Amino acid sequence: MGMITMTQALNHAIDQAMAEDAGVFCLGEDVAAKQGGGVFKITSGLTEKYGENRIRATPISETAIIGAAIGAALAGQRPIAEIMLMNFVGVCMDQIVNHAAKLRFMSGGQTSVPMVIRTTTGVGVGFGGQHSDMLEAWFAHVAGIKVVTPSNAADAKGLMRASIDCNDPVIFIENILCYGLKSEDPGPGYRVPLGKAAIAREGSDVSLITYGRTVLDALAVAEELSKEGISVEVVDLRTIAPYDEATVLASVRKTGRAITLHEAVRPFGTGAEFAANIQEKCWDQLKGPVLRIGGTFSAVPFATVLEQAWIPTKPQIVEAIKASVGRA
Amino acid sequence: MAEIDRDKLRDIYTRTMKVNRTDEKFRSLLMGGKVAVMYYCVRGQELVSAAMMAALEDDDYVVCTYRGQGEQTAKGIPAEKWWAECLGRATGTCKGKGGTMHITHPEKGIMVTTGVVGSGLPIANGLAMASQNNGDGRVTVVSFGDGASNIGGFHEAMNMAQLYKLPVIFLCQNNRYGEHTAYADHTDTRSISDRAVGYGMKGVTVDGNDVHAMYGAAKDAVERARAGEGPTLIEAMCYRMMGHFFGADFSYMPPEHIAEMQAEDPLPKLRKVMLEHQFTEEELDRIVAEIDAEIDAAVESALAAPLPDPAELKLDVFEEEMA
Repeated sequence: MGMITMTQALNHAIDQAMAEDAGVFCLGEDVAAKQGGGVFKITSGLTEKYGENRIRATPISETAIIGAAIGAALAGQRPIAEIMLMNFVGVCMDQIVNHAAKLRFMSGGQTSVPMVIRTTTGVGVGFGGQHSDMLEAWFAHVAGIKVVTPSNAADAKGLMRASIDCNDPVIFIENILCYGLKSEDPGPGYRVPLGKAAIAREGSDVSLITYGRTVLDALAVAEELSKEGISVEVVDLRTIAPYDEATVLASVRKTGRAITLHEAVRPFGTGAEFAANIQEKCWDQLKGPVLRIGGTFSAVPFATVLEQAWIPTKPQIVEAIKASVGRA
Repeated sequence: MAEIDRDKLRDIYTRTMKVNRTDEKFRSLLMGGKVAVMYYCVRGQELVSAAMMAALEDDDYVVCTYRGQGEQTAKGIPAEKWWAECLGRATGTCKGKGGTMHITHPEKGIMVTTGVVGSGLPIANGLAMASQNNGDGRVTVVSFGDGASNIGGFHEAMNMAQLYKLPVIFLCQNNRYGEHTAYADHTDTRSISDRAVGYGMKGVTVDGNDVHAMYGAAKDAVERARAGEGPTLIEAMCYRMMGHFFGADFSYMPPEHIAEMQAEDPLPKLRKVMLEHQFTEEELDRIVAEIDAEIDAAVESALAAPLPDPAELKLDVFEEEMA
């Protein structure tokens, strides 16, 4: 099939879903051809195929975008709403948290909200404090929303298709720094089931539990440490909420050690939840405390030197792994 | 003013009295200590929702608020299921998971009842967008109060609806209060419908206590929406005769103003119109008696209905059962 980038993978998944189901449509700021096919080109070429009703360019109105997606989903369509940058979800939290997440439950299962909210973010491109945050923990804390983030192009394609299929609202987080990553094209119709983690690399000494862009750092560090005889298992969650607890616990039971790693700030992050759950359920098998690695507890800075110091670094990951396995 | 035929008048009267008698029953249950739940009284606003719902088809969509009893009962949710939900029973519309502030009944088009002021407007746009995409001819009505006209979502939704010419009707029930704040203390525009002008939208202010004015505006807006002419903002002037929620102190509402507004009470006015159209006292009383009997039976059955099973907490969070 050849190689595809994550940008192409997402575009192909949406294109194929739209071709197969007339109820799938996209809406968001600048998404249509007239505006350039999306700031990150994810919807490029789709207006020409499906018209402006199915690739709807909207005003800058996040609340109205999400509300419209919710209403259309209630009526049986499958909207894909784009919130251009993840920090802007703050503008429309009421629609996401009070409505999209809760309408199935509050209606006693009479209605459902099968929508995807695509959003992008990421530290490392100099976007500063209001365009860079990973806010997955905000949504993981609310019952009724699924939170997904891919770490490679093939997963992006399969997870996007599964998210569009899903009968519940999904927040789909795309890391800007991952858009150029290439994978072998898994072909049309490829799906990665939601809620299933991947063992990105097998190992026996410590489990490194992560997702999104930091999977790349985890794999690089694991490769480096293998030369020193330290065997790191990398678990790529792929779906952050609800996460694949069985795979995480099985991995930790095998290695006896666990470290959680994410780009989002460490305090109150998802890593705290994973760590607490591991301590509760694997206490007898643990050879040491579960460690957590996350971003610095400040706004994301602008200057490159500050930004690189803010994000969890590979040396930090190496240090944590060595501390965990008693090789510090 | 357009004439309303006798069948439609009887229909509107029946819906209006259903709203009113449900409201009376709810207040009597609360005052008698028989039930203790949040209830947002609709006394004084009955005709607005009844006339609007009478202008819709069964499969048209409605989004309403916690003060949505009028839309819900007038659109036709079966009394038994409605009462069971309000009393937190397993047999309610939402299996007891929604409650008075979150009634849903898609069979009759009641798609969302939101407890958040103003949040329904953006969602109504989406229902209307689906109808536009499908070409199914359905109209969506979203009901809200005057207080909702000051949240951001109101303005975003108005702009988007007009931009896409969505088949949606924004029904503002201007009951003169946003929670405990009087209209003049929360808004300085002459009317809410003036705001439609700012979005290029048709906006009308009507007397929500006058059946001809209210039904005429509703019908006109529905026809425009179905014809693809886009949204309408209807500002229906009415009066919330009691407090924000039933039992709440409403001493902030000047008694002389309440007395003045009681003279505008939609119910005696509607009855007068009915009599002018040769409906007899007996026929009107019989309609009310039938409604009362239906409500009494529904309340009795709801009180006897089973409570929800705690195992329900794992269901309906997602499509699949929670672990």
